[in-house]
Amino acid sequence: MIHEPFSPATATLAGFPLWILFVLIPLVGIGCFAWIMARRAAPLFKGAPDPRFDRIPERIVMVLKLWLAQWRQPRYFLAGVLHIVVFFGFLVLGARSTEMVVLGFVDGFRLPGFGGALGEAYDVAKDVASTLVLIAVVILAIRRAFFKPARYAVPERYGKDHTPEALFVLGMIGLLMLSESAFEGSLLAAQREAGHSVTAFTLAWAFQQMFAGVATSTLAAVNLVAYVVHDLTFFFFLCFLPFGKHFHVITSLFNVYFMRLQLGNVKPVVHGITDAQLDDLKSFGVKKFEDFTWKHMLDFYSCVDCGRCSDHCPANAVKRPLSPRFISIKARDYAFEHYPVFGKSPTGDAPNLIGGIYTEDEIWSCTTCGACEEECPVGIEYIDKMVDLRRGMVDEGMVPQSLQKPMSALEKRGNPWGKLEKKRAEWTAGVGEGIEVKSVEKGDTADTLYFVDSISSYDDRSQKIAQATARVLAKGGIDFAVIGKDEKDSGHDVRRFGEEMLFQTLKEQNTEAIKASEAKTIVVNDPHALNALRNDYKDVPPVQHVSEVVALLIEGGKLKLNPLADATRTYTFHDPCYLGRHNGTYDPPRTAIDAIPGMKRVEMTGNCRDRSFCCGGGGLMLFYEPDEEQRMGVVRVNQAKDAGADVIVTACPFCMTNIEDAIKVAGLEGKMEVIDLVELVDRQMQQ
Amino acid sequence: MEILVCVKRVPDSAENEISVAPNGADIKRDDLVYSVNEWDNYAVEEAIQIVERDGGKVTVISVGDSDAEEIVRREMAMGAEQGLLATDATFEGSDGLGIATILAAAAKKGSYDLILTGALADDGAAQVGGMIAALLDLPYASVVNKIETKDGKSLRIGREIEGGAQEINDIELPCVLSIQTGINEPRYVGIRGIRKVASVEIPVLDAAALGVTAGKVGADSANVKRVDYFVPVAGAGAEMLSGSNDELADKLVALLKAKGGIK
Ligand code: SF4
Ligand code: SF4
Repeated sequence: MIHEPFSPATATLAGFPLWILFVLIPLVGIGCFAWIMARRAAPLFKGAPDPRFDRIPERIVMVLKLWLAQWRQPRYFLAGVLHIVVFFGFLVLGARSTEMVVLGFVDGFRLPGFGGALGEAYDVAKDVASTLVLIAVVILAIRRAFFKPARYAVPERYGKDHTPEALFVLGMIGLLMLSESAFEGSLLAAQREAGHSVTAFTLAWAFQQMFAGVATSTLAAVNLVAYVVHDLTFFFFLCFLPFGKHFHVITSLFNVYFMRLQLGNVKPVVHGITDAQLDDLKSFGVKKFEDFTWKHMLDFYSCVDCGRCSDHCPANAVKRPLSPRFISIKARDYAFEHYPVFGKSPTGDAPNLIGGIYTEDEIWSCTTCGACEEECPVGIEYIDKMVDLRRGMVDEGMVPQSLQKPMSALEKRGNPWGKLEKKRAEWTAGVGEGIEVKSVEKGDTADTLYFVDSISSYDDRSQKIAQATARVLAKGGIDFAVIGKDEKDSGHDVRRFGEEMLFQTLKEQNTEAIKASEAKTIVVNDPHALNALRNDYKDVPPVQHVSEVVALLIEGGKLKLNPLADATRTYTFHDPCYLGRHNGTYDPPRTAIDAIPGMKRVEMTGNCRDRSFCCGGGGLMLFYEPDEEQRMGVVRVNQAKDAGADVIVTACPFCMTNIEDAIKVAGLEGKMEVIDLVELVDRQMQQ
Repeated sequence: MEILVCVKRVPDSAENEISVAPNGADIKRDDLVYSVNEWDNYAVEEAIQIVERDGGKVTVISVGDSDAEEIVRREMAMGAEQGLLATDATFEGSDGLGIATILAAAAKKGSYDLILTGALADDGAAQVGGMIAALLDLPYASVVNKIETKDGKSLRIGREIEGGAQEINDIELPCVLSIQTGINEPRYVGIRGIRKVASVEIPVLDAAALGVTAGKVGADSANVKRVDYFVPVAGAGAEMLSGSNDELADKLVALLKAKGGIK
């Protein structure tokens, strides 16, 4: 062991050996921290079950990717890179912090194995790390205090600005870096003659330079003060983390490990309760805080308050009363208040969340587009929470009048417009000469079932998409049939609007009809139907979206496309949420579009693929009357315009409806056009 | 407060294609789906809200065949404590007065402070509420869009007057009110709610139980008889507007103003 010229472990104050204090500080600090963590964990034990202890390899991959490699951070480049610097700085400095704590009572302590070359290499790394972290922290603080990125703003209705908390924490991190370096630098200055070197232009080096020639006794004092500051800051910081957004420093690792792995699905009403047992449940959905699952509570703790979710939330963008970030922050504050670290929890009946921290409109405003979840750097989920809260509202009868009609029609007629069942396949009459659409209703069978779903069956405009789909499938040589009157709405949005029992009924009826058809595969033109049949239904044949089928037909040479008649137009593809984000199908539609000779296609850069901006939502969202300043579709159409496009290609009948309306509202009629992918292929295919 | 709400099972015009049956005296009923009359649903919601505020009990009653049980149950799933079904072969074909006679008889069997009906149903007759009041010799107010409970002896009620004006009245209890849509936001009833009350018994009241005689109800004693039912031939007079969206809007506003639709 190297004997240091001075050390906190041997220091005394008025004859009092300070090592006693340096043993006490960590003991008290760790004790407090353990107590705080135990209190924070308390609500999690009251939460609903959420079995996430499976799929360990996949979970480890998520941790390596999202947590360790900070995968989603650079989506916001400057903030992301700075965060990565701080994050890795913390990882590197973890070992040094442990050393520092022990140095208070063991003179010249080094971690096991750090005695030789490894220790020297580590010292270089940690001096560089603390320097970079300090620089990052200064930039972050300047950015936060003076440049104030819009996504950090706290609208008045959500309370006070969070900037002071952020600056305070940045200050603490800075102080940790400075005190550690001053500690190191003062020691190095005293050991200068002994030939101890330090990496140039690091903080420790700067302190060494600064302290050159200062008397050893002064250096010893500086060293001791630096030590005390570091020790106190370190444990204060540790205990402060669970009181705010920096809780993520502790929880994010676990949050990412337990994050949702499957795309597109919705959690069951209660994990472990089968569909058949649903009738026995006393209550449905989330009504009180404790109805959330423990993982959803952990989400609230882990929210970094970074605002990325809300920055991409279409509901927030059009000023609906919803900002996903505050769904988390409000619930976190609720947990802090009702499960306090000190003192007793408020007694009496737990308050209802709706009417308490959330409003009905806030929760109905979500289109379940998934943009928030795609963006969140720590894997926080919203769709399941929205659905659970809606289940609770439906159970209490809190459903806006605008949604009650379509729900009742779905219950009675199997479609939200209340149209007659026997007219479900009437659209087939308009497919055109020479194509007779087979129908299970009439006793036909086929290997492929075309599941049309309600909008394409009944809505005038969407029927054209169904007809184009039929023509393209026929041209591609696919033997297909439709169900006819026994097909019901897929119930995709019925489920996502919280009416689980109605969804179950629709699912059962459709499953039966699909089975009776004896089809081996299913094709759909509506991504909502795709998602329902693929991710919500069980025991039905594999489902493909028509864009996937078309891409394969084109690649296999079974569909040949004519050059564009008007080559002056620029096309762009709008990724439907339930095709892209929820089912990962981004490339097949692009393949199909690009296969058209003469095609000029641009991307809505920054708003395409997994960052696609929702058109306004499908299913029951079409009926909901939101409180908003603008339509989502209008924002989307303007994004297409800004990208230089004059034709928007989409692949969803709801997108078609919303975008067509939005073009009119935006006053771009005649300048902007929208076409469904299958309509485009139908138009261009060689006969 | 003890409240009786009278509800009717009707084919909902939003979920059906209504067409006239070949005999010309009714609509085609083979492919219809039914629901509770929309106005009645608002009446039930209002009754439930009053009871939630001030205590008491809501009873719903429907006159009809056994199919009407489905809507009584639906209203019970909403929160009505008691359901009643007035069914008897002799009730069939009753006119408005006949139906009111049956309901008034049922009302007499209990001691209700307040009797509510919907203002009307899709058939637009809007007659039963007033008739019940007359038969029971109770005060009556129609097309009520606001109810405030006061001291338990009277109610303060609002009525919408043609043209959008609002009228406020005090009315002595017990009384009969016919309820306008929009008075509240009826709560949603899903399949789950209905299943919860699926096994609750709904007492059936027949003519004997109600003490109504065949001379007062049923087809034979109906003094109003439907003799024809048809959709009028569309006349000329539809005017197609043309122009850009802005022009269309301007023309429409001008037309509506000219015809007194808006001021
Ligand atoms: S799913 Fe979409 S609409 Fe809903 S909160 Fe997330 S981003 Fe907003
Ligand atoms: S939920 Fe995720 S993206 Fe949204 S503010 Fe919290 S950490 Fe950021």
